[in-house]
Amino acid sequence: MKRFFPLFVLLFGVAYLASGLRPTKHPAGFDLDGFGRLPVLLNGRIKPADTVARTTLLMIQGRQRVSDPERSEPFVNSPIEWLLDVIYRPELADTYPTFKVDHPELLAMLGKNADNLKVNYTSTGRKIMAGLGFLPSRHSRFSYRDLTPHFDEIERQTQLASRTESKDRTSFQRAVLALRSNLVTYQRLKYSFISADSPDFFAEVSAFSENIRASAQAAADREAGRPYDADALKRAMDSLQRYEALSEFTYVRPIPSANPDNPTEWRSIGTALLDSYSVGQVPYEVLTYAALGKSWREQNADRFNEGVRVYRMLLEKTAPDFLPKTDLETRFNRAEPFYKSMNLYMLAFFLAAASWLRSPVTLGRTAFWLITLAFIASTAGFLARMWIGGYAPVTNLYSSALFVGWVAGGLCIVLESIFKNSVGSAAAGMIGFGTLLIAHHLSLSGDTLEMMRAVLDSNFWLATHVITVTAGYGATFLAGFLAIIYIFLGVFTPLLSRPIDRNAADSATIGVPKDRETTATTLTRMVYGIVCFATFFSFIGTILGGIWADQSWGRFWGWDPKENGALIIVLWNAIILHARWGGLVKQRGLMALAVFGNIVTGWSWFGTNLLEVGLHSYGFTDNGARTLAIFVIVQLAIIALALIPLHLWRSFANTNDPKSA
Amino acid sequence: MRPLWKKLLHFFSSLRLTVVLLALSIVLVFLATLDQVDIGIYGVQEKWFRSFVVVHFIGKIGFLFPGGYTLGFFLLINLVAAHATRFKLTRKKLGLFLTHFGLILLLLGEFFTGLWQEDFQMRIDEGQTKNYSESFRHNELAVIDATNPEFDRVTAIPEEIVATQRVIHHASLPFRIEVRAYYPHAAMQFAEQATSPAPSLATAGFGRRFAVTPFPPPNSDLINIPAAYIELFGPEGSLGTYLVSAMAPQPETFTYAGKTWQIGLRVQREYKPFSLHLIEVTHDVYPGSDIPKNFASLVRLRTADGSEEQEFKIYMNNPLRFGGFTFYQYQMDSANKSTVLQVVRNPSWQMPYVACTLMALGLFWQFGQSLRAFIRKRTA
Repeated sequence: MKRFFPLFVLLFGVAYLASGLRPTKHPAGFDLDGFGRLPVLLNGRIKPADTVARTTLLMIQGRQRVSDPERSEPFVNSPIEWLLDVIYRPELADTYPTFKVDHPELLAMLGKNADNLKVNYTSTGRKIMAGLGFLPSRHSRFSYRDLTPHFDEIERQTQLASRTESKDRTSFQRAVLALRSNLVTYQRLKYSFISADSPDFFAEVSAFSENIRASAQAAADREAGRPYDADALKRAMDSLQRYEALSEFTYVRPIPSANPDNPTEWRSIGTALLDSYSVGQVPYEVLTYAALGKSWREQNADRFNEGVRVYRMLLEKTAPDFLPKTDLETRFNRAEPFYKSMNLYMLAFFLAAASWLRSPVTLGRTAFWLITLAFIASTAGFLARMWIGGYAPVTNLYSSALFVGWVAGGLCIVLESIFKNSVGSAAAGMIGFGTLLIAHHLSLSGDTLEMMRAVLDSNFWLATHVITVTAGYGATFLAGFLAIIYIFLGVFTPLLSRPIDRNAADSATIGVPKDRETTATTLTRMVYGIVCFATFFSFIGTILGGIWADQSWGRFWGWDPKENGALIIVLWNAIILHARWGGLVKQRGLMALAVFGNIVTGWSWFGTNLLEVGLHSYGFTDNGARTLAIFVIVQLAIIALALIPLHLWRSFANTNDPKSA
Repeated sequence: MRPLWKKLLHFFSSLRLTVVLLALSIVLVFLATLDQVDIGIYGVQEKWFRSFVVVHFIGKIGFLFPGGYTLGFFLLINLVAAHATRFKLTRKKLGLFLTHFGLILLLLGEFFTGLWQEDFQMRIDEGQTKNYSESFRHNELAVIDATNPEFDRVTAIPEEIVATQRVIHHASLPFRIEVRAYYPHAAMQFAEQATSPAPSLATAGFGRRFAVTPFPPPNSDLINIPAAYIELFGPEGSLGTYLVSAMAPQPETFTYAGKTWQIGLRVQREYKPFSLHLIEVTHDVYPGSDIPKNFASLVRLRTADGSEEQEFKIYMNNPLRFGGFTFYQYQMDSANKSTVLQVVRNPSWQMPYVACTLMALGLFWQFGQSLRAFIRKRTA
């Protein structure tokens, strides 16, 4: 049994990762996967409708599930089903609680108080869970219909807030602006595939289509001074006016470009309808989306699926280049490689930590296999993102978080395959979990595969400067986390004074062979090696940034906050190395310095964005600032822990002559 | 008892000093980053990095801190002293030598950049040709002999000289200039609209209809807009007192001694031995978004003697380098078909490249050796 345990867990991990690859069947047989894969244009990128559904939900309600704590079942089974309801059955979608509001003043403005916010659970089990904090005890998401009575007040507050300069806004004003922006997005989404105010859009566009010839004739007649069909002309003018407005008020553009020279210039429904006159008929795509709406409203799965199938066949001809990417992206969305890696990393951390207490070989090997699996999964995720987006892996704060975890994970695999003491696995587990959690929170701001602004649109520099400097972050964090492991193992366990090495024996915690180095020494070598690596990469990354700046702006170094942050990391790593070489610090001092490296890197990575000045400043929230502050305090506490007298360390309590001082 | 110089040498070459200097550098960079919120990036560079001593206030508590020059200087001394006393150039230490030598070059390079780098901007409208760039921050009093329609003869007096309010004589001018009043930062408006203007001294030109209202100069990255009242004197006496302001759209024009003159305060210009003609600006956004996809300026460069002519497309990450100058795409006003190029001259621009290459090689050598030693020990 013990022999097969690692294999068993590994297979479980593989099955877990693979579970998202295949689409789940819709209970009523709708081909939701097929609809989700249909390409649309949003924010300059052709992406599947599935991504639009997911990112919009993340933006407006901070999660992809559409549910209410008082209901046992979610409102819809998947984000794409929510999107279908928003665009085709808005009267239903308007009742789903999908707008997250948690600012107390804003809640009060919306007429919410402790009484009506309380979640009334019916089952006792859920009540207990809520009491323990595992389930929410207050409502924090509200439906469009809930909010409708307050639109005037929201509008008024928006006007007030937008007159204030963005950095001077209060948290209430920011919350109002965010809510209002989410409401607008939601409204625009409703008008993206059909016109939401039309009782039967399919009938409307069919009538419009039939009227094209008649009204064109009428216009020509009028021009020529002949008697003309005034009614047809008036109907056409009314429709055009409507579609003019529709073409302005839209969120996504679902119709492929009609211009072969500019294949990414996709059109909105409104624009495509306006174009109808030059073509002589309503585009087939518009009719399809209207017909799909009819089928969805009538919940007619067969007709819906047939519509999706035929439309897909058309796209194979009109937009064949985009389909492989949107298909993969849908699969990628469903597979959630980063989210699943996060869970695997967490599991690996617990297994690695447990391996120091018992069964070092079995548990240690299991943890190692799991971090390798998580690393492979996130590598695959990176490759998919690169191919879909067409950019180097790190393009924004979100992907930098993924990459920091990836670099640290890779280094840990190397460390673990050399030292085999589960330290690498534990560090990978912590950093992998932490960075992916950060990434998850950063993904709430919307699509993470953004188009790059002109100044950053250079794959060469993204692939060199950004990659190396982020690798430097990852390595500096790894050194810091290895140091944390040293401090915790030293203070709370006797393990530092012995070797842990499952190469040697299963029960390494028992015998202490004289000729083998202790875990303390091993960890010191690991931290030292990683600090060297971190110095090298931070330095190279920083100077590559200088070269990029010289190429783009004409100065090698501009003392921009982010540049300064990177410089501080290099300087800090240099301090650690010089202090070590000069004998100014021994093991314990080295560890304390390395933990402080976490603070330095945290500042450079996120803190500089809080200043809202400089070329590299890209959005960051109050929440982020709080998290960063907590992180810094925790690191300082760990440094303080490292500084307690050695005889209080369990690992060194009995040794008369500890090497570290 | 060691002699004093040995003690000093020991102190200046010690690793302890290195660590202290590096730590102080971190604090310097960190505080400067925070200060940028208040005084802007230009102010930070002058205050923290291009200075010997920094006086900084946090709240009401002020303190002194060693500036960038001081720390850089001591780091240099530390490095040189350490190499003079402690290190011998061996194969093992080669990486260390390369890294440290690169660092010396880098510090010197940044020092020279601060000394020599000049930044200008060049705003060109589509179809326009310009042979000068303008300063980001400095102004000048330009006295122009515009008699010849073919060319202007410009006498430029830097604002700093105007600010001293001395009598200005210049060999190319048939009159002398006396500065009657100088305001480093002032708004110009119609006299009847000004509520609390400075006393008007103008006796000639448009200055009689306008007034200037002085303001405290901005201490952030914003440029200051000076104004002055200047009186011109020929051999026969006063020619009148004129108002000059950097806000005035055009210079004052008058005739004297049979010549047409223009006089005005303006952003300092630097004339080039070549001209740039803006053929076209392009600014695209990604479809269905407001994310800028590119900014590009198509220009034609022609030397003054006509010996060279070339077309070049300047866009982000693709500057034009010519005659020691580099032209970068800086800003763009695509609605008005106008572009702003940043023009930089930095004779020491290659130094960081050399320095960083050396350092990268050095670090690679040093850490590579440690890694090799480690692997050899592991496999043994």
